[in-house]
Amino acid sequence: MAPLRSEQISSVLKLANETKTPIVTRGSGTGLSGGSLPSPDCIVLCTIKMDKILELDRENLTMLVQPGVTTLQVADAASSAGLFYPPDPGSMKISTIGGNVAENSGGLRGLKYGVTRNYVMGMEVVLPGGEVLWTGNKCVKDVAGYSLKDLFIGSEGTLGVITKVLLRLIPKPQAKKTMVASFAQMDRAAEAVSAIIAAQIIPCTLEFLDRMTIHCVEAYAKIGLPLDCEALLLMETDGHPAAVAEEAAEMERICRDKGCLELRVAKDDAEAAKLASARRAAFSALARVSPTTILEDATVPRSELAKMIRFVEAVAKKYNLKIGTFGHMGDGNLHPTFLTDERDKEETHRVEEAFKEIFDEAIRLGGTITGEHGVGLAKKSFLPKFAGDAQMRVMRELRRALDPRAILNPGKMFD
Amino acid sequence: MNVIRSHLKDLDYSVVQQCMHCGLCLPTCPTYDATKLERNSPRGRIALMRAIADGRLEPTKAFADEMYFCLGCLACMTACPAGVNYAELFEHARAEAEQSGTLNSTKRNFIRAFTLRWLFMDLSRLKLAGRALRLYQQLGLQTLVRRSGILKLLPKRLRELEAMTPTVQDRFSSELISPVTPAVGAGKYRVAVLTGCAQDLIFSDVNRDTVEVLARNGCEVVTPPEQACCGSLHAHNGEWELAQQLARKNIERFPPEQFDAIITNAAGCGSHLKHYAHLLEGDPVYGKRAELWDTKVKDINEWLAQIGVQPPPTDGQPPQTVTYHEACHLCHGQKIIAQPRQVLGAVPNLKLVELPESTWCCGSAGIYNLVQPEMANELLERKLKYIKSTNAEVVATGNPGCLLQIINGAKRAGLKLRVVHPVTLLAEAYRNE
Repeated sequence: MAPLRSEQISSVLKLANETKTPIVTRGSGTGLSGGSLPSPDCIVLCTIKMDKILELDRENLTMLVQPGVTTLQVADAASSAGLFYPPDPGSMKISTIGGNVAENSGGLRGLKYGVTRNYVMGMEVVLPGGEVLWTGNKCVKDVAGYSLKDLFIGSEGTLGVITKVLLRLIPKPQAKKTMVASFAQMDRAAEAVSAIIAAQIIPCTLEFLDRMTIHCVEAYAKIGLPLDCEALLLMETDGHPAAVAEEAAEMERICRDKGCLELRVAKDDAEAAKLASARRAAFSALARVSPTTILEDATVPRSELAKMIRFVEAVAKKYNLKIGTFGHMGDGNLHPTFLTDERDKEETHRVEEAFKEIFDEAIRLGGTITGEHGVGLAKKSFLPKFAGDAQMRVMRELRRALDPRAILNPGKMFD
Repeated sequence: MNVIRSHLKDLDYSVVQQCMHCGLCLPTCPTYDATKLERNSPRGRIALMRAIADGRLEPTKAFADEMYFCLGCLACMTACPAGVNYAELFEHARAEAEQSGTLNSTKRNFIRAFTLRWLFMDLSRLKLAGRALRLYQQLGLQTLVRRSGILKLLPKRLRELEAMTPTVQDRFSSELISPVTPAVGAGKYRVAVLTGCAQDLIFSDVNRDTVEVLARNGCEVVTPPEQACCGSLHAHNGEWELAQQLARKNIERFPPEQFDAIITNAAGCGSHLKHYAHLLEGDPVYGKRAELWDTKVKDINEWLAQIGVQPPPTDGQPPQTVTYHEACHLCHGQKIIAQPRQVLGAVPNLKLVELPESTWCCGSAGIYNLVQPEMANELLERKLKYIKSTNAEVVATGNPGCLLQIINGAKRAGLKLRVVHPVTLLAEAYRNE
């Protein structure tokens, strides 16, 4: 079903609740944890046709949108008003805001600007009985009761159906500078990142690609990335022109200090945008290598990043698997991607074993099993171990309280 | 020769598997953009194809309809980071749809047999039909019939089709172009020119312009008067074996060993002509030659940019504002993007205004505008809206289908718009000497 209005969703949910029919909500279906996969005999509620920007409030710096508006449309609308909506997940060209909120999506700018959660001020949600709930408002400060909006953010369609979102916008940075540095060793790139953070610089983007990923991205985007290196750092700093110039110079100095092979500064906005969009395509581009790509997003505290990267490399070697790794080095969010073939059962088994080890290590280092992709089906079996008994119990009770007849996205996240 | 059991099941499975469902193709797909239905998107269509390859789905009528709702514009291939070969999947899927017979009806079978199996398999028949149509138009019969009001008796769809009838040129390519045209000045290259089917009937002047421009740029040009269809119409409409027959015929007619380049000025043809090796894979006689053939086929814009355009004189050139519409099978099918702009840039006193959404399909899409008029019209309206926004008096585009579609659209909307192939503007600049 592709409803057009909240009232229609309300009627559908009311009926579904009475008949105990499962409801799976989806936007553009670009999620990476299987959260929007239909379950047997369910109604798929697709919010893609609810695609209107309802209000742009320049005095309060907010934007009210329907859930089917794409992330790119939000970013463009904000930009044309001289404002900025920072979250930029890889699929932003087509991913919807409803999906972004339900998954609490991240992106390349997480390090400095945070994730979707940091830009949601309120929302309208339809509950399983058909009741329509509004939570949040345009106030910067609001401590009246529990922050229910925060409960719905990242709830992966298990607690309600999001039908309107009130977004927070910020002023557009006046200047930005984008750079690419290549390194002969991954460790050197990681050291450069640590040194940048230690120098108390928070760039808006600090991404890395390994050799395999660099080659795949270049094959797709053809933007002249350096190919003869083991790691590539994509760095972007933004803000006041003076601060940008200073930070960029400092980052360049640090990279050269850590022995980078080559450092290139994007000559204009167009080139910077090309570099960022090439990076966003990294995951899909890796699919060039093999029939099946399995991507994960184990995340560790920044200080443990170099350790984690080495561990992932060792695991790939141990299980004799082909791997491409890229990710958000600045915020510790890694995307090790195994390049495999699902028809090869034996190799698939080795991939599963490798992931178990990677998750265990991420947890041991104080990290998480998913930084931005969500639990869905992919991480469901790992959640209990990560969350622990007490958290699991509270989450189950919360879910039961809001969805007593268990119609919303059953079988996802946890049972 | 192997009997094909099922096109999709026999296809190398890794081609089907290549799609990893990221959805980055969705915003670039005109049909998905219009309907927002997953099955009308490349990702959805590939999922359907895979279901058939896996044996989870039968090739039903709904499947066949879906494959024919796809424009085949290949915008998804430009967008796809994973490098999915949608063009190949699409051709096999349509062949699968034809093989299943779910679309069979007496009328459809007759039309397909008449056009694909008869008319376009031997271009002398097409020319004959063209002559009859020309006679009808030139004797004033068309005007008479149109004025008489008799057309009002036809169903709406046929009336619309009648209005789209293109004007047949006074003379076909073979009457305008000698079989061998010597280079002007020192000859550096020997090239052949494919005159096409629709191009030959409706835009034979573009063929003449192509030959003139080539000769002006140091090419000795071979243009055989009797030519065969390139087979793209057949391959895109599920007639794989007929497409193979035509490919062999063309390799015979234009031995690739004898030319520096084999030139086409129709994007749709070029996009197909460059993949004969794939079409004739495993053919003991033609397989190897097809590989050489593929390297020799060049779009006219591509070839001119490669050899460098001789600048026309700067004096006496009329000022003109031109916008450029990118034919899908040029920008997506062949990734030829900068070259046509270089050709236009070589014309003195020409101001090029970029067209917003220049790479979005105009709805022509081969014979799509004939079989899917609603969607085709929606896309045409969208294209015209952007063309108007440029205030250009000329639209240049490198494909006969697009030329015809935009000419018809402009006529219907009462727009004063000249629609031409880029090479025509260059030919005119040379003539202004």
